[in-house]
Order: sequence, then structure tokens, then C-alpha cells
Amino acid sequence: MIPAPFEYARPTTVDEVLQALAEGGEDVKVLAGGQSLIPVMRLRLAAPETVVDLGRVAELRGVREEDDAIVVGAMTTHSDVLADPLIRQYAPLVAEATATVADRQVRHRGTFGGALVHADPAGDLPAVALALDADFVIAGPEGRRTIGASEFFVDYLTTAVQEGELLVEVRLPKLAGSWGMHYAKFNRVAQAWSIVAVAAAVRREDGRIAEARIGLTNMGPTPLRARQVEEALAGAEATPEAVAAAAAHAAEGTEPSSDLNAQADYRQHLATVLTRRAVSTAAGL
Amino acid sequence: MTAVEERTGTEKEIGKARRRKEDARLITGRTTWTDNMVLPGMLHLAVVRSPVAHARIAHVDVSAAQEAPGVVAVLTGRDLAEEQGSLPCAWPVTPDMVNPGHPSIAVDQVNHVGEAVAVIVARSKAAAQDAVELADVDYEPLPVVLDMEQAVQDGADLVHDHLESNTSYHFVFDAGEAGTGADTEQAFADADVVVSRRFVQQRLIPAFMEPRSVVVQPQGDNYTMWSATQIPHILRVMLAMVTGVPEHKLRVIAPDVGGGFGGKITPTPEEVLSLLVARRLGKPVKWTETRSESLMTAHHGRDQIQFIDIAADREGNVTGLKVRLLADMGAYLRLVTPGVPVLGAFMFNGIYKFPAYRFECDGIFTNKVPTDAYRGAGRPEATFAIERIMDELAAELGMDPLELRRKNWIRAEEFPFTTVAGLQYDSGDYETATQQALELLGYDELREEQRRRRESNDPVQLGIGISTFTEMCGLAPSRVLGSLSFGAGGWEHASIRMLPTGKVEVVTGSTPHGQGHETAWSQLVADSLGVPFEDVEVLHGDTAISSRGLDTYGSRSLVVGGSAVVKAADKVIAKARRIAAHLLEASEDDLDFADGKFSVRGTPGASLGIQEIALAIFAAHNYPEGIEPSIDAEATFDPENFSFPHGTHLCAMEVDTETGFVKIRKYACVDDVGTIVNPLIVEGQVHGGLAQGIAQALYEEAVYDADGNLTTGTFVDYLVPAASDLPHFDTGNTVHTAPGNPIGAKGVGEAGCIASTPAVVNAALDAVRHLGVSDIRMPLTPERVWRAIHAGGDGGDRASARTNAQAVDSSDAPSTTGGAR
Ligand SMILES: Cc1cc2nc3c(=O)[nH]c(=O)nc-3n(C[C@H](O)[C@H](O)[C@H](O)COP(=O)(O)OP(=O)(O)OC[C@H]3O[C@@H](n4cnc5c(N)ncnc54)[C@H](O)[C@@H]3O)c2cc1C
Repeated sequence: MIPAPFEYARPTTVDEVLQALAEGGEDVKVLAGGQSLIPVMRLRLAAPETVVDLGRVAELRGVREEDDAIVVGAMTTHSDVLADPLIRQYAPLVAEATATVADRQVRHRGTFGGALVHADPAGDLPAVALALDADFVIAGPEGRRTIGASEFFVDYLTTAVQEGELLVEVRLPKLAGSWGMHYAKFNRVAQAWSIVAVAAAVRREDGRIAEARIGLTNMGPTPLRARQVEEALAGAEATPEAVAAAAAHAAEGTEPSSDLNAQADYRQHLATVLTRRAVSTAAGL
Repeated sequence: MTAVEERTGTEKEIGKARRRKEDARLITGRTTWTDNMVLPGMLHLAVVRSPVAHARIAHVDVSAAQEAPGVVAVLTGRDLAEEQGSLPCAWPVTPDMVNPGHPSIAVDQVNHVGEAVAVIVARSKAAAQDAVELADVDYEPLPVVLDMEQAVQDGADLVHDHLESNTSYHFVFDAGEAGTGADTEQAFADADVVVSRRFVQQRLIPAFMEPRSVVVQPQGDNYTMWSATQIPHILRVMLAMVTGVPEHKLRVIAPDVGGGFGGKITPTPEEVLSLLVARRLGKPVKWTETRSESLMTAHHGRDQIQFIDIAADREGNVTGLKVRLLADMGAYLRLVTPGVPVLGAFMFNGIYKFPAYRFECDGIFTNKVPTDAYRGAGRPEATFAIERIMDELAAELGMDPLELRRKNWIRAEEFPFTTVAGLQYDSGDYETATQQALELLGYDELREEQRRRRESNDPVQLGIGISTFTEMCGLAPSRVLGSLSFGAGGWEHASIRMLPTGKVEVVTGSTPHGQGHETAWSQLVADSLGVPFEDVEVLHGDTAISSRGLDTYGSRSLVVGGSAVVKAADKVIAKARRIAAHLLEASEDDLDFADGKFSVRGTPGASLGIQEIALAIFAAHNYPEGIEPSIDAEATFDPENFSFPHGTHLCAMEVDTETGFVKIRKYACVDDVGTIVNPLIVEGQVHGGLAQGIAQALYEEAVYDADGNLTTGTFVDYLVPAASDLPHFDTGNTVHTAPGNPIGAKGVGEAGCIASTPAVVNAALDAVRHLGVSDIRMPLTPERVWRAIHAGGDGGDRASARTNAQAVDSSDAPSTTGGAR
């Protein structure tokens, strides 16, 4: 299908991007990998006046190390994330979740930043970023600001990135050593979005679970933290029974949608099963 | 030695796993797909479509669209009302069948979402698409009829308010009345055991890979249409009848076509509209659908509610079968819409020796896109019902499902066997195929594992599903079609042209759309005429080249079309024999023909190749008196009976009882498709068929919401599996040749699709039957499986809201629904 007509800009620096956003008229969209934006434009569900293509902004690409964090440029593609040694070492959860995103073609173009800003409830990376307590660096006309994941995801397909702003990079705390991680994704066919998924990062200490961080995908309009499960796990014995008991709280307070793939009660049930499985694997059980 | 002589004694082409000669161009796309056509001055069409399922059209304002940049014309239903006629239905299955007529573009009323209400004609595709949003249509809503069981109630809202009811026809086949079986009521009255079930055959979308596309070029009072169709020959006749363009002024070309699965078997509204617009404007036009348009408006398949009763004695001998169907026609009747369930009518008894059988079917109108043929057309539905109810009967009797089948199926020595439905099954051996399939699957080990998992109460349970099926193929004996009131015959035509250089052109009336006819036909001709495979070119799909034909569907091409090719080759040889006798100065009776050469018996060295004869007769300097200087020939083959492939399909399935997720662990099948001309093509057809049949069981379903919007409006929600979602297939064959055609082939195009669906569902049920589950509605979504296990029932309806990930439903697609909202 053919999108409605639009103006097109292809800047090469973040400053130029911000300028293009400011000058682009009523409805300006940045184009990252285009894997979410282009389909909605082709279906004419979105008809931006101007499209600002980030494809040539080199400074937005790549992963680097900065003290106790690794920093992922917004335009780093899913396949670059998968191949990156820093991610593999310090944020294997990101790699594991990214490997479940779509297919090779989509991963070749789709970007880490695009997936987070798009914030589809069924997308896999938002819950992971939330579970890892990632920080988001946003550039705007007034300069740069950094906000935590808990403030970043605001509502259905809505993040803290305002009009005229740009997500520049995402800072992931280095979690290594005693941390174990697992992303448990449930879908009907491979290469599809999550019906429900659970991102778990667990730190073990002396046969106990010292700390657990659990993110839920598609259990509401935004990604969620399963706080009750996290609390129940903190200090619990690392046994299947303790994990199962804690995981039973996974759906508390969630209001997932009912759609073709699953009705709300079934999603809530899945959340408990997947949480148990994700935590068990992350904890090496 | 010449190249021709080197062939002496070479292996036969038939049976060789030749790579398909057409694949390189099809796979790379370097070929003439219809949408690749660009003609000078060509205009582009876009269709404004109804966003509502049922409404009167109060007002259409296309003035803004007309003035949009690049727009040449905008035509509404009113503009075309006088000339559009009605899309044809060729199969009045009963004398009093009600056909409301099928406009290509709505005039006063829309009856399904996606129905055309206006056509934009513009200089570019983009301009046409832009103008769609400017068309303004007012709709006065009418009550929407979606549920068949409600639609047949007294006082139900009507799809067509000028009709008396939503029922198009009531078709009955009663074996007692037909004299092919005993009285069914009596059989049920006398039965020890009766099992009754209601099965749902969900609505499916053919989802061919190449979207539909049409190009029409007017030249004087002649028209050439290129279309991504399965049926160029039938389309030409039908378009002539619908539009009044005389048949001899109309040439239809199906260039390379990227799949159809039945989805391109019917003349479409857009083909008619493209022709009407080209005629009116005198300009070439093109229309190519988007994927969302395709899912929403190309015809759908299946969609039956099946009430099945089976009667048996305590020992497990089946004594009677009753079938009552509600079949969803959608809003209109397309080419064979009403006939699809009737094709199944003669197959519900499957491979079993039922003494009594009664079939009834009501064709029902609803406010949905029409249904029509989809891979298997009627036979998958029938096979599903019988193979599912056999398992239910086995459970009721406490018998092994395989034992029950064995007890009742036709034995090898009983062929040919006339069934209770009056069909004569040609050949086969169900026992041998089943034995082979059990070995391929590793049946005993898996049964053992199943037992272990049950005993240990494993969260992942294992089940094995069986489907022993047959189907009627080789559509079709023309006289039988006549007796079923079908509007055409079932023969096929071929001709062979011997070129001066010895190369061979084969013209076939069976138009392929991905099946590999060019390769298989070349193999047939190479063997018949004794010429190299590479020397044969197969021409098809253009009514100016292939003048007679009935195209490709119903696993008919090799069986009927291939037979016409073989018959034509026989005639070429017969004609060449007279020339050879003349040139070799021998009597025709003394000539042997082998490996492409005529030789004089008893005179070593005296021989002449058929390719040399082709040159000799082209020169025509020296040939017998009183005959024409040509060895070209044509033939029309009309089968006397259907052919009946059969097979045993076994599926081992893991069911995660915690989540409801089902996963095929192993799939094995042994099919008997008669003579195998090309094993690679046969295996490819089986694989593709399995994928489609498994997809019906596990993934695909066209879902409408309460307003009649198609919520599975993109491939995000209409779930077509990829290779990564399917298991390895262990396939095998037995070969019992079909006696009804010179090749001995039975047809393989639909087998996998027909047989696999019940095997998969039976497998899932076998895994969880001990947990109290006896039915799960297709597709077996994890949610349905989980609900059936934990709450009982068949898993129930799915929520009809689309998923939130990049999905749209039909009400969301402004580029195809116009600016009506
Ligand atoms: C067939 C298919 C299957 C998929 N399956 C999955 C899946 O299983 N799991 C999953 O998580 N995802 C899936 N996706 C989505 C994929 O991950 C996309 O890459 C992602 O959602 C969007 O990334 P993008 O780079 O393509 O962004 P784009 O499509 O270019 O942009 C998406 C949105 O984000 C905005 N945006 C992008 N970058 C920035 C930025 N730096 N600053 C501000 N705004 C920005 C854009 O303006 C736009 O609104 C799938 C996509 C497809 C096409």
C-alpha cells in the first residue's frame, strides 16, 4: 500500500535532527528502522507531514562502556545488539529478548531505540528495559535529560519522549557475576510478538535469592514490574516451591487486554506460569 | 553417434526427481507477474470499499475525488449498474436454489465489509490511492447477519431483504433413496451405539502469495486481459457472458501466477470492473490489490457447522452415518460457492463400509465475503468430520481408534469398491499404507512414552492422532458433473506442435499457478515421444495460444490434463508412423517405435527419429498422398471416473497442559497418489498441503467482530505458519495406479491439506482425553486448549478484538474503506 505524501529530511547529526524536528511542521516523525512506522504509514493510520530519517546519524549507533553502565545508541539495530560482546557480557537478558524479536529481516533494520520509543505493549524490549532499570537519555530543544525506565513508559504506545525530542541512548547497568537472567516469551508462532512474556533477572547468594527484578510484557498498556513477586522472592530460598509460590502473585494488579490471542484471565494465568519458568531458569533451578 | 541415439535405453523420465524448470524464474520474480505489466498510457484503479457489513447506500459523493490531482474518472455503482450484469454462479446445486445475483460494485446496498462502492481511475497508483480517501459515502445501517445458526431461525434478520429467508438451498443425498445404501433412519433405530457431535469448520482465507492483479488493454473492439487467475479459459467465457464483450473479441492471459489454492478460481468483481472501465475509457488499466484488500475481499473457504451422527454395533461395526451441514455462502454466490459442500457430500463416508448414509446441507447467506473453493474444497471438511467422529466412536466403545478403522475400512481385495455414496473407488491398500506410516512415525515407542507421561502426570502430555483418508480427484467426468447440475464439463485439452528443428511445443489447457506443470508435462512428452526433456516447451495460460481448456483445481491437472497430453502424443506418433513408413519404404505394420525412433523390424539400421520426421514434414517435399503435411495433434480427455488417492497420516503432539501450547512432535504420512511422475513435485505438494492442513488445525481463522468487521485483517492476526513453525515431515508412498487414465496418476495437490487437519486435532485430543477433553475448536489456540483442559467444553470463542501489535482490522484500513467514517 502507498503512504500519504510527506516531506523527507535526512540529517547527519543529533543537532540537525532536532532542528529538522523543530521545522518539520505539525506532525513530524522520526524514522529509525521503519519496521513499525512504515507499516502504519502504508496503512495510512499515520500520515506525518515530515519524516526525519535517522539512518545517517552515526553518533546514534553502537554500544559502548561507561563506568558501571553500558550505553546503547538508539539507532543500534537489533542484529547489532545481538552481535555485541558488551551486551552479551553485561546484559544477556537484552540479547536473549532481542533474539526473539521478529525475524532476521526485521532485526536487520529494526532498532533498539525505535522498539523502546514505539512502546508496543506486545514488544519485547520495554519490559526488559524496565526490569533492568535502564536510564533513557533524551535530547530536545532545551538540551538533554535522563529519566528512569519507570517514568519512560507512560501509556499505550506513549513514552516520555515529547514532540520535538529524540531518544539518543539507553544506559543499562552492568549486571554480571551472581546475576542470572531469562526471558520467557509466549507466542503462537515463532517470529511473532509476545502474547505475554516475562523478563527476569535474579541475584543469588548462598542458596537464596537475594534480589529479583521482573518485567512483564503485554500485561497492560505499558510494561510492568511484578513488584509482589519481587518482594516475595527477596531473601527466599532458591527452591522450585518458593519460586512457584512467589510467581503466583505475578498477575496481581495487572489489567491485560482481551484480544484474538488471549483473553485477560488467560493472560493473567500465563503470567504466573511464565514468571515461574523465567525465575527458575534465571536462578539456575 | 548423435545425441538422439545416445538416449537409446536411457532411463525413463517418468519417476525422475527432476528439479522444476520453471522455478528459477518464479523464485527470482524475473517473469511476467501481472503486476509487472506496464502498458503505454496505462491508468490505475483503486477501489473504494464499504467499511460496513450491511447498509443501504444513501448517498455517494465523489466530486472531491474526481477533482483530485491525477484522477481521470470516478465511477460509482450507479454509473455501472446497467452494464455490470451479475458475477456468475456455475453450480445451481438444486433446481430451486436461490441466487440473489452478485453485482461487481454495489448500487443500492452493501452486504459485506469490503464490497466495492466506487472505482477511482488515475494516472498513477499513488494518485488513485490518495483519492480513495476523498470519496464520501453515506450508509444507512441494516441489521448484520453473521451467525448461521441464528440466520436460519424464523424471523431472523435477512441478508437480502427481497428474499424469503437466508437459505439459498437445501441439498439432500440419501443413500436409501439413491439405491446405494440402506435406510438410514432404520440403521440408527437398530444401532447399539450412536455418537453425535457438532464440529465447526472455521472460515479460512486462501492467502495465496501473489496478490490478485488485473490488466486490461483495449485495442479497437478487442480486449486483452492479463489476470492473476487460475482459470483464464473459464474467465473468458464468463466475462463474455457477464459483460457482453463477445468471446472472440476477448483474450485472457494468466501469465505466471503466484499461487491460488482455489482463491483464484472465481471471476472477481475487480476483473469485471477493470474490463468495464477499460471499455468505457478506451484506455489500458491496471488494478492490483493490497494484502489487506486481499484478506478482506478475496473469497474465503470452509466455514461449515457440521452435525454428525454415527451408528455402530457394540463390536465396532459402523452401521450408519448422518450428516447435516450449515454452509456459509457469505453474502453472494460466486463461481462454485454452493457446490463446495456438495463436493464433500460424497466423501463423508471416507474409506469405510457404511451400509446407510444420509447427507443434508443448507447453504446460508451471511454478511461476510463469499466463500468458494479453497484447497480441497468440500473434501477436507468431510474428511475432518469422519476422521474426528471415528475417534469419538472409538472412545465411546473403548476401542483403539486404529482397530476401529481397520475393522471398517475397505480391504485391498475389495477394489474397485462402490461406496454408500455411489462412488466407485478405483484402487488402493489402506492396510499397507497404514503399516508403513506406523513405522515411519515410530508408533510403538511413542505410545510407550505417552503411557509414561500419563503415569507421571507430566505437565506435557503426548498424543497420537490418526487420519486414514481418501478423496475424489481428477475433476471431473463431464457426465457426472452434468448429473450434479454443474454448468460445465470436466475434460481437458492438449496439443503438441512438432517444430522443424525437432523441438516440441506442448500446449495445455490446465493453467498452472505454481504446481510445476511445465516440468511434469515435459517428462510425460519426453517419454512418449522419446525426445530429450530439454527439447520440450510447455505453453499455457493464454486463450490465444491454448484455445481450449478448463484450467487447474481439484487435483485435476496431471490426471486429466496430463492424460490429454499423453493422448495427443499418441496421435503425433500415429501420424508420424505413416510418414516414417513412407520415407523408410516399409509397411506401417513393420515399424517399431521406441526411444523416439521408428525402426523397421528385421532390417537393422533402417530407422528414422521422430525429430527428423518433424523436419521432413515441415519441408513437405516427400510425404504420402492423401494426408496432410503435419504430425501435430491435439486431444481432449474426459475421464470416466474420478481417481481416489488415499493415505494414512499420523501426528504425534505434545500438549503443555499448563499453558495450552501444542507442538507437533512428529508427523508421518504415507500417500498413495498412483503413478508418481516426479517424486520431487509430489513431495513438494505433500509438504505444502500438510502446512496448509496443519494451519487450519492450529493457526488460521478468519474472525469477524459483532459488526461484521474482519478483525484478522493483516498477517499479524491471520496467522499463516512459516517453515519455522512446522515439524520435519516423514513422508512415504505406496503406488496403486489409477485405472481410469493412461498415466495411472491419482492427483496429489490436495492430499496433504485434506488428510492432516483431523490427524492434528485427533492427536491433541488423544493427549488430553484422559483429562476429560473430547473436543477443541479449530484453530487450537493455546487459550482454547487451556480452557478445554481447565474449564471443559471446546475452548469457546476467541475475543474478536485484534491484537495490539501492529494489527489493523478492516474498519481501520482507510485506504481501502474510503472516507466514510
Ligand atoms: C513482522 C514484524 C514482527 C515484529 N515482531 C516483533 C517482536 O516479536 N517483538 C518486538 O519487540 N518487536 C517486533 N517487531 C517490531 C520491531 O522490533 C521494530 O523494529 C520496533 O518496534 C520499531 O523499531 P524501528 O527501529 O523499526 O522504529 P520505527 O518503526 O522507525 O519507529 C517506531 C516509532 O518510534 C519512533 N522513534 C524511533 N526511533 C526514535 C528515536 N530515537 N527517538 C524518538 N522517536 C523514535 C518513530 O517516530 C516511530 O513513531 C516486529 C516488527 C515487524 C515488522
